[in-house]
Amino acid sequence: MTPATAEPRSELATLLFGRLSLDSIPYHEPIILVTFAVAALAGISVLTWITRARAWGWLWRDWFCSIDHKKIGVMYMILGFVMLLRGFADAIMMRAQQAMAFGDAAGYLPPHHYDQIFTAHGVIMIFFVAMPFVTGLMNYVVPLQIGARDVAFPFLNNFSFWMTTAGAALVMASLFIGEFATTGWLAFPPLSGADYSPGVGVDYYIWALQIAGVGTLLSGINLLVTIVKMRAPGMGLMQMPVFTWTALCTNVLIVAAFPVLTAVLLLLGLDRTIGTNFFTNDFGGNPMMYVNMIWIWGHPEVYILILPLFGVFSEVVSTFSGKRLFGYTSMVYATVVITILSYLVWLHHFFTMGSGASVNSFFGITTMIISIPTGAKLFNWLFTMYRGRIRFELPMLWMMGFMFTFVVGGMTGVLLAVPPADFVLHNSLFLIAHFHNVIIGGVVFGVFAAISYWFPKVFGFKLDVFWGKVSFWCWQIGFLFAFMPLYVLGLMGVTRRVSHFEDMSLQPFFVVAAFGAVLIGCGILATLVQFYVSYQRREQLRDFTGDPWDGRTLEWATSSPPPDYNFAFTPRVHDIDAWWDMKRGGYVRPTSGFIAIHMPKGTAAGVILAGISAVVGFALIWHIWWLAVTGFVSLVGFAIFHTFNLKRDFHIPADEVTRVEDARTRALAAIGA
Amino acid sequence: MSAADVNKASASADFVHGHNEPHGHDDAHDDGIPHASFKDYLIGFLLSVLLTAVPFWLVMGDVLPSKLVTTAVIVAFAVAQMLVHIVYFLHLDTRSQGGWNMLAAIFTVVLVVITIAGSLWVMFHMNENMMPMSPHEMRIAP
Repeated sequence: MTPATAEPRSELATLLFGRLSLDSIPYHEPIILVTFAVAALAGISVLTWITRARAWGWLWRDWFCSIDHKKIGVMYMILGFVMLLRGFADAIMMRAQQAMAFGDAAGYLPPHHYDQIFTAHGVIMIFFVAMPFVTGLMNYVVPLQIGARDVAFPFLNNFSFWMTTAGAALVMASLFIGEFATTGWLAFPPLSGADYSPGVGVDYYIWALQIAGVGTLLSGINLLVTIVKMRAPGMGLMQMPVFTWTALCTNVLIVAAFPVLTAVLLLLGLDRTIGTNFFTNDFGGNPMMYVNMIWIWGHPEVYILILPLFGVFSEVVSTFSGKRLFGYTSMVYATVVITILSYLVWLHHFFTMGSGASVNSFFGITTMIISIPTGAKLFNWLFTMYRGRIRFELPMLWMMGFMFTFVVGGMTGVLLAVPPADFVLHNSLFLIAHFHNVIIGGVVFGVFAAISYWFPKVFGFKLDVFWGKVSFWCWQIGFLFAFMPLYVLGLMGVTRRVSHFEDMSLQPFFVVAAFGAVLIGCGILATLVQFYVSYQRREQLRDFTGDPWDGRTLEWATSSPPPDYNFAFTPRVHDIDAWWDMKRGGYVRPTSGFIAIHMPKGTAAGVILAGISAVVGFALIWHIWWLAVTGFVSLVGFAIFHTFNLKRDFHIPADEVTRVEDARTRALAAIGA
Repeated sequence: MSAADVNKASASADFVHGHNEPHGHDDAHDDGIPHASFKDYLIGFLLSVLLTAVPFWLVMGDVLPSKLVTTAVIVAFAVAQMLVHIVYFLHLDTRSQGGWNMLAAIFTVVLVVITIAGSLWVMFHMNENMMPMSPHEMRIAP
């Protein structure tokens, strides 16, 4: 959308607005216009609703500025859901286009727009759906599971969240101002270089990910320190709940891997902005180095996404089987082995780039080896269920859907790990089917399992079962319809990222896949209905005990929702399933002797810093240099200014703690617990 | 049992560690950070001066017979220099922070070695197997 047709711009306009002009607004594209109208309407109605409810002050003080790990966790989940809707809209547009565009029919999306859609779909689903979901879950659950009152660096947590949101906002802005990258979700050069992608699309990509990456990295450090330093007394490493273990390994991966992404995107940004030649075709540049480096980040990234959900499944399966997790130690070691091995397999993403037989066999074999600890985990879950008293509640349904689905995805992954097979299947729809099989079957099902499992802890009432089941079956069956045809098409040699086909015989497969995507859409809709219905029926679904599932880990020891301080007294841990152990040991909840609790205090600094970052990002994308420099200086200045803010903590008075705890004592007495 | 489950004594004090306390540094408490002596700093300083001066002399004085040997020796000195800095100035040992610092350092070294060695290996093979990317490279290729 560069203003190629416009008359030459005055120097003043370029100085003031960089590459930005009125032509950058894609008002000549009806699809985007309609999208914009709908988004604007929805946005305005939400803003009006908040204003009419006079909720701005509450929203600002109690949520946006909050540094309570629980509220930040919830905000991450909301961000994930909003972006899931956007990412899914992209998906269904692609499915519709591919189902239509055969032979003479061109479909409704021009190729340039189609390319932006598949790029945006990948970027959004990985960075702004899966990552916020995973980070949100860890944020909410980890401090509760280890008996802490917050994370190690509460302000940093708030800042991380808003940086991620700022990145997401930039991606959303690209829809209506300018364009998004057309390069695919990893933006390989030379296609993403300045020569072949002169527009702002790749710059949106780079700066959105750089800003969100700051958030991810800081939150990784934060949770890592939290788990290492803030466990309740008595909780050794081998007494940690499995979810906390997987969170620990995930954050180690984040801290080690994300700097590589930052570095490689920085180099690409330098290539594009100031004309260096790290990844160009000539002047000694080497695009293959970009591919090599981005996958050194990229493969650990897929384990960053899946490991926490392995933890969720472990918690769910042991809770709903009424048994201690089978093979706790092997589960922990499997997780650690996956953590290390995930750094040894990156080349399997580019077997066909020409490394030759010895390199390819090494990485093929390491890839096959990594399936062994994953397989061990599956057997552990199966043995946990074996002779257990299984309750088929919603989280357990998602868990079982995961096992059926993920095993198929894992096995097609091992198929792709064989280099000669990969030469046939690479870049085909078989690959697309494979990674959706593990990401939907693993990450998405895991997130839904986690939401239905921990929702009563977060909001104090369970989710409606009927609509949960509707959602589950729509997702499960919809997934099979949407992706099994892609396996077949991929085996027949159909490549990915194609917006028009000549071979009419392929059309039925794409129509089936589109039907599957519609079913998945119904699943997403059912989840939203589930939230609404559950809220309406919240009095019937209310949980007064704080332990609705007969849980095993410490988060169930406190009330639902937990008080701001999580635990009036720090629990002491004697066993892996600490809360189960306490319940069996005749634990009596303390009802007196409360003391004041030292807590961190909310601040607006996170919102402000991230807001400035988004402006700086926007300025860098559009080459508005004065704004970028001013923004950056004020960013650093405000960060320094914030370090002088000494009002960072307060004490919840003992009276207040007593009042909250007494209310819980009465609530428990009322239900005879 | 309740007394055992609940750690009242630590409830007020245990929580604030590690987050932004208003009154400056947490490491004033005893949390396992070793405090190096003047002697350690002096040894570190002398070693790092030595490890800088010797390679400088090797290059300036053209002491060794071949460039390759000189390069190898300088790389060895550089690695030694890094170790001196880590041990004497960053005070890394097996005890600090209950061994976590050492563990993190080992993990980092393993990953850095994997990344660098792997990338060199991969890129070397690609360079061997692939066509030169530009006419210029074609001309200088062996």
